[in-house]
Amino acid sequence: MDFEGMLLVSSSPHIRSDETVQRIMLDVIIALIPAMIGSVYFFGINALKLILISVASSILFEALIQKAFKREVTINDLSAVITGILIAFNLPANAPLWLPIIGSAFAIIIVKQFFGGLGSNFMNPALAARAMLLTSWPNHMSSFTGPRPDVVTTATPLTIMKTGGTQLTGSELPSLMDMFVGNIPGAIGETSALLLLIGAIYLIIRQVIDWRIPVFYIGTTFIMLILLGVESEFLLYHILGGGLILGAFYMATDYASSPVTPKGRIIYGIGAGVLTAIIRVKGGYPEGVSYSILLMNIATPIIEKITRPKVFGEVK
Amino acid sequence: MSLKNLTFKGGVMVPGYKEFTREKPIERAIEPSVVAIPLHQHTSAPCEPIVKVGDSVKVGQKIGQSDAFVSAPVHSSVSGIVKSITPMAIPTGLTVNCVVIESDGKNELHELVKPYKSLKELTSEEIINIIKEAGITGMGGAGFPTHVKLSPPPEKKIDTIIINGAECEPYITADHRNMVEEPEKIIFGLRAIMKAVVGVKKGIVAVEENKPDAIEALKNVCKDYESIKVVSLKAKYPQGDEKRLIDAILGRQVPSGGLPMDVGAVVCNVSTTKAVAEAISMGKPLYERVVTVTGKGIKEPKNLIVKIGTSFKDIIEQCGGFTENAPGKIIMGGPMMGISQFSIDVPVIKGTGSILILTKEEAEPVQVSSCIKCGKCVEVCPVYLQPLYLSTYSLKEKFEKAEEFHALDCIECGACSYICPAKRPLVESIRIAKREIIAKRRGI
Repeated sequence: MDFEGMLLVSSSPHIRSDETVQRIMLDVIIALIPAMIGSVYFFGINALKLILISVASSILFEALIQKAFKREVTINDLSAVITGILIAFNLPANAPLWLPIIGSAFAIIIVKQFFGGLGSNFMNPALAARAMLLTSWPNHMSSFTGPRPDVVTTATPLTIMKTGGTQLTGSELPSLMDMFVGNIPGAIGETSALLLLIGAIYLIIRQVIDWRIPVFYIGTTFIMLILLGVESEFLLYHILGGGLILGAFYMATDYASSPVTPKGRIIYGIGAGVLTAIIRVKGGYPEGVSYSILLMNIATPIIEKITRPKVFGEVK
Repeated sequence: MSLKNLTFKGGVMVPGYKEFTREKPIERAIEPSVVAIPLHQHTSAPCEPIVKVGDSVKVGQKIGQSDAFVSAPVHSSVSGIVKSITPMAIPTGLTVNCVVIESDGKNELHELVKPYKSLKELTSEEIINIIKEAGITGMGGAGFPTHVKLSPPPEKKIDTIIINGAECEPYITADHRNMVEEPEKIIFGLRAIMKAVVGVKKGIVAVEENKPDAIEALKNVCKDYESIKVVSLKAKYPQGDEKRLIDAILGRQVPSGGLPMDVGAVVCNVSTTKAVAEAISMGKPLYERVVTVTGKGIKEPKNLIVKIGTSFKDIIEQCGGFTENAPGKIIMGGPMMGISQFSIDVPVIKGTGSILILTKEEAEPVQVSSCIKCGKCVEVCPVYLQPLYLSTYSLKEKFEKAEEFHALDCIECGACSYICPAKRPLVESIRIAKREIIAKRRGI
């Protein structure tokens, strides 16, 4: 029997791992589920609406723009779902429902697809959208309600610290336990350090994200805050409040916009940490995570260049 | 020095698929009625035939040789009549001159196939000469002539011989079975090699920890020899690459572009070492070898002693033929670095450690998507390259950039392509860059 013409001939390797892009994205979504449930628990049904609208519009914009560009429609890779969730996570619970739609359009069309789609974006789309929304609609983006919808608009812990502490604002800093669990005012997805960390541990165990970026990021922020003279009683508020945990584990680790080299990831984490602390303490905004990561996104190519690994047996 | 779980940085965990054949004792393949013995089987000078059509030959008789230093003679694997000497396709993808011999079924041994003096009486030079005359080449993959490896220039001082029993390629169990069934021969071969290379003090047999029976068998034999140790390696791909092996065991990095001898080591595969032992104690040239016939696509997977020149077709028939949904792909060697075949009318050569049959389903090409820059290829690369960028430069034909990123250091192990979640053709495109860079250097 002659098999010629029937046999597949190709270059090795002839087997592949069962790792897929879709599986990685699914893992990130799984990791975000505890915080999603938490956001609904703390902020009510409006949080759920924001998440659903944001995800749906992200998927829709991705499909539309890919059709328009005559590219293959790749919504099955689930990356747009993550962008949608992260955009919603950055909104206050009482944000108008059109806000995530604008954010998704900006993130998916301009930041992601204009630059070539998944893997080619030089900035994290969700973060870029957050920065855009914050600049365009600062009042909508920073009128935070406390947990439970019955609570009126209040200041976040970081705003309280920024504006001079308890005496001047009249607001009290919440207990550290409430900060950790997420029972505080803030963007819907970033208040619960606990729930975000549960997901983060899952991602590290599944080897989806590298521990280096978040560990060096948060560690550096902590050390820099001390060096910048932040009082020790506020240190933990800084770590647990604001988007640091969300940013460090879920946004700074975005593959396309962070370095691939292990050393580069350390430098990137340290850089983001330094910037976050400086912006928080010396800058005009109470919150420095998004801008720090975006700035480090831009530095990524240079970081990669200087940290290119020495090859096995290379003599220098 | 710890002797357990040694390893290197990088690499991938590949499922073994060794269960098809790991418990199958080596059996002798059915006698081929005709063999086609290639006169050029590996990276070295091709041999000239020293028999002509119509000659009768015997088992172990030399039928081809070359005057070049980097060459190994070839021998007949059957007794019978030379039918033709003609160019034919061989599993490496080349078409080379083959001596086609029709067997008379008598298996008469050539007069020169007889034991040499005892190892004690043999000098270093004599051992190397026996190895050369027996046509022994590396049986692990690359197939470099063994006597050349064992003759380093005098300024390269060798202190350690490492016998490579890692067998990190999935599916293959030929080395494993050799270690379990013939540990005496392997240790004897190691002693011969240690004597052949001047100045050697240590002999190390390195086996992946997933072959505990092999480690046990070898340890039993070598306990009488103080200078020989058996070490266990972490089961990880590409643990059997000689430079990774030296790094894992001795903690020495072979310089980029260099050879193991640059760091005082020589590495030989276990099956090669067994062939060395048989050449000395039986006078047997390398005319047959253990081949693992395996995969979901073959009915009865086996470990067979196959005569060089036997066609893949004969071997496949002896193993019950293909299963229903096969063959999708036929590979000589393992799934990570093996060569896929156009046809089954190719002969077994000295480097054929395995014939792997994948089903149509398994051979189905994978869907490629865009790179998400996850960095997994960077993490697993045992040479610390950045396959994602090398591949991009190669596909955009920016070969100079690829050279700057050390494309030539790529060992083509395929760990990057294996792990890539986007299923990108990483090593495949780096190979293209390597060819282009080398061609340019030679001014082609």
